[in-house]
Amino acid sequence: MINPLAQSPIFTNQFGIGSGDPVLTILSLLSYLFIFVFIFYGQRIQMYVMIREVENSLFKLKLMKEEGRKTAVETIKEIGKPTTDPSSKVDRYLDYFTISPQNMDPAGIVNKLDHILDVRDQRMKDEVKLMAPASDEVQVYNLENTLEAAMALNFIYKVVRHYYLQGKKTLSLYTIMQLQMILPMVMKEAEAYASALKAFAYGQPIGDGAGPLIAARIMHGQEVHKIPKDCVYAEVPFENRTALVMKAEGPGGNVGKPGEAVQYLLEEYKGKVTAVVMIDAGLKLEGEALGEIAEGIGAAIGGPGVDQFKIEEAVVEQKIPLYAVIIKEDIGDAVSMMRKEISDAADKAIERIREVIKERTQEGDHVVIVGVGNTIGVGQ
Amino acid sequence: MTNQANSTGANKISTLVMAAIYITLILSIVAIGVGIAAFYETGTYEVTLYLLAIGFIAMALSGYYLLQSRKHTANLKIEAPKILTTIECVKCSIKTTRDFQRGDYVYKEIEKCSKCEDMQVITAIYREPTAKEKEKEKPAAV
Ligand SMILES: [Zn+2]
Repeated sequence: MINPLAQSPIFTNQFGIGSGDPVLTILSLLSYLFIFVFIFYGQRIQMYVMIREVENSLFKLKLMKEEGRKTAVETIKEIGKPTTDPSSKVDRYLDYFTISPQNMDPAGIVNKLDHILDVRDQRMKDEVKLMAPASDEVQVYNLENTLEAAMALNFIYKVVRHYYLQGKKTLSLYTIMQLQMILPMVMKEAEAYASALKAFAYGQPIGDGAGPLIAARIMHGQEVHKIPKDCVYAEVPFENRTALVMKAEGPGGNVGKPGEAVQYLLEEYKGKVTAVVMIDAGLKLEGEALGEIAEGIGAAIGGPGVDQFKIEEAVVEQKIPLYAVIIKEDIGDAVSMMRKEISDAADKAIERIREVIKERTQEGDHVVIVGVGNTIGVGQ
Repeated sequence: MTNQANSTGANKISTLVMAAIYITLILSIVAIGVGIAAFYETGTYEVTLYLLAIGFIAMALSGYYLLQSRKHTANLKIEAPKILTTIECVKCSIKTTRDFQRGDYVYKEIEKCSKCEDMQVITAIYREPTAKEKEKEKPAAV
């Protein structure tokens, strides 16, 4: 019988089929098989590789989440001296959720959101007090922050698991692909929360505390007054002007409500204030140096937007210019223990604030300086 | 419940994958060996080339996956960084640094200065970046 493939010189010479050598024939058939498998199943193989990668990250997230829960329970036991085991209460707390207000008719939504956040905050604190009866006010704040970090880890784990399981169930390349694409960023955030957890449990300053740290550095040694809500301020002589420096009340983990505090100060010193300068940690772009200082216009504040709204309203009412000075850091640095570079950047930032105030205001003016951020581990 | 079910499922898949990787690795070494032997036996290099090519490709693939899974397990450890507290005497500006202790916070007044009997103040609490972080953050060349 004539081997049809043997008739073709290309196959005989270059691919070995029909040359008579059985090893060569098998090898070339195998390589064809290989090519066909890759053509028809390449995508599927690629998907299994991706699923495996996601699986690895999911496993890591699970470890982090469990570590977070453990740290929270241990810290509560250590500080709070509860009479019963807090584990079940912590588990309940980890699944706590907040529903944001309906925004179909957005008028008045800020007040609704503000109210819901207030209720949440109060509820959390009450819960922590129940879990850890022996803790003082500062420790309640720190424990609440610790639990919030554990909650964030729990949530990230659950969401990633959801998409992983869904992708595996439907074998949809695009679900898995999207998950795999955002995973590096998700993991970075999760790692940041995992290290934040330790910082919160011990009451150490975090990168986001750059604003309060700078405010504390300016106001230290002056008489400190409490203002609503959970904030403090001091009148500080500053470049022949009067600076009203404010921050959240430390050293517990607390961001306060700078919106209400600024409203209060502008009302108290009505007509006197000629500038508001806000200092906050800002997200740096990849390639920018950690602790770099940048300057701009507007309300430098993150979060759900309620405080930003209130500050903007307050300054618009009296037509006061609003300046921003930010300390650049990435998301990982912002929620984990404060790096030396950020701590060292405080003096540079104060210099910058000095320049802004000297250039933009007259001698004898009043200026408001707001240090925005979580003041954990920073007193005043 | 669901949690347990899916983690055992994941384990089954990953052990299968690992077994496949090891088998591929062994087969690739065998292929290279056979290829070299074939050259000495027959004196023709066609078979040898094929076997070597297949062997090296398979070896590269399985090696890549092995390295990757190794990297993942290495990444799993969460290390605790070293936190330092700087203490300063405002009057005679003596600076000392010690390890962080629970209860420390910036602008907390602590024990008296050894020189001037004035209160000392904590002025900074920070962590030194690890060598790995420093390496990662070298200024961009572009
Ligand atoms: Zn001294």
